[in-house]
Amino acid sequence: MASRRYARVDRTVCVACGACASVCPKGAAAVSHGCWAEIDPAACVGCGLCAKTCPAGCIALAERTDDR
Amino acid sequence: MKKQKHWYDYLWVWTAVYFALGFFNILFAWLGMIDFLLPLGFAVFGGNKWFCNHLCGRGQLCMKLGGDLKCSRNRPTPSWMYSKWFRYGFLIFFLVMFGNVVFQTWLVGSGAASLREAVKLFWTFRVPWGWAYTAGAVPDWAAQFSFGFYSLMLTSLLIGLIVMALFKPRTWCTFCPMGTMTQGICKLRRAGK
Repeated sequence: MASRRYARVDRTVCVACGACASVCPKGAAAVSHGCWAEIDPAACVGCGLCAKTCPAGCIALAERTDDR
Repeated sequence: MKKQKHWYDYLWVWTAVYFALGFFNILFAWLGMIDFLLPLGFAVFGGNKWFCNHLCGRGQLCMKLGGDLKCSRNRPTPSWMYSKWFRYGFLIFFLVMFGNVVFQTWLVGSGAASLREAVKLFWTFRVPWGWAYTAGAVPDWAAQFSFGFYSLMLTSLLIGLIVMALFKPRTWCTFCPMGTMTQGICKLRRAGK
């Protein structure tokens, strides 16, 4: 069963360092084209490790809606 | 779930070895150019930050010390530190300082200045480093560049470790000049498509 929460990245703040990808236990986070991190909501288990690690504080956990 | 380890997950060792080598022989400082050229290569030719994301030994060292060894307070990074003004301002400052290293190298090479066997920390404090160089081993300009470049590398490492201890392990990454520059290049490439 999917987690009720998932991580979301604020692209305007992300520095694309990849710290989130290095700690994500599910491999759901990746840096896209060197511009910002992206987290696959389908793979994300909402553990919050990426949000805790992100040095720019640009990752937040959001509640899933029906379509996420 | 345990993540699979790759060879590049151990590059933090390389960073530690690099600074140790520079302590004994300053000419090893030239190897730091790899950390300058590789990220630019990935960004310019590949349009990605693969170096920052996988190969940056400094980032890994900060994660190791700040995360695994818990040397970081893990407090939120102040927002000004990852603001565009500060990031690009620091990048410009860093490039000017690198330009100064190159200029000093040129002065020594042209005979207008003599070799200074010292490392300058935080662009201010001159630390004698003569034990790490045997006079005449290489042309003076090559040795001068080593001292200047090692100063830059060591200063940035110390800043990285200070902000690691005060804030999050990889706070340095938010204003790392190479990270800022390569992200800018990647964004420009993407915008141009």
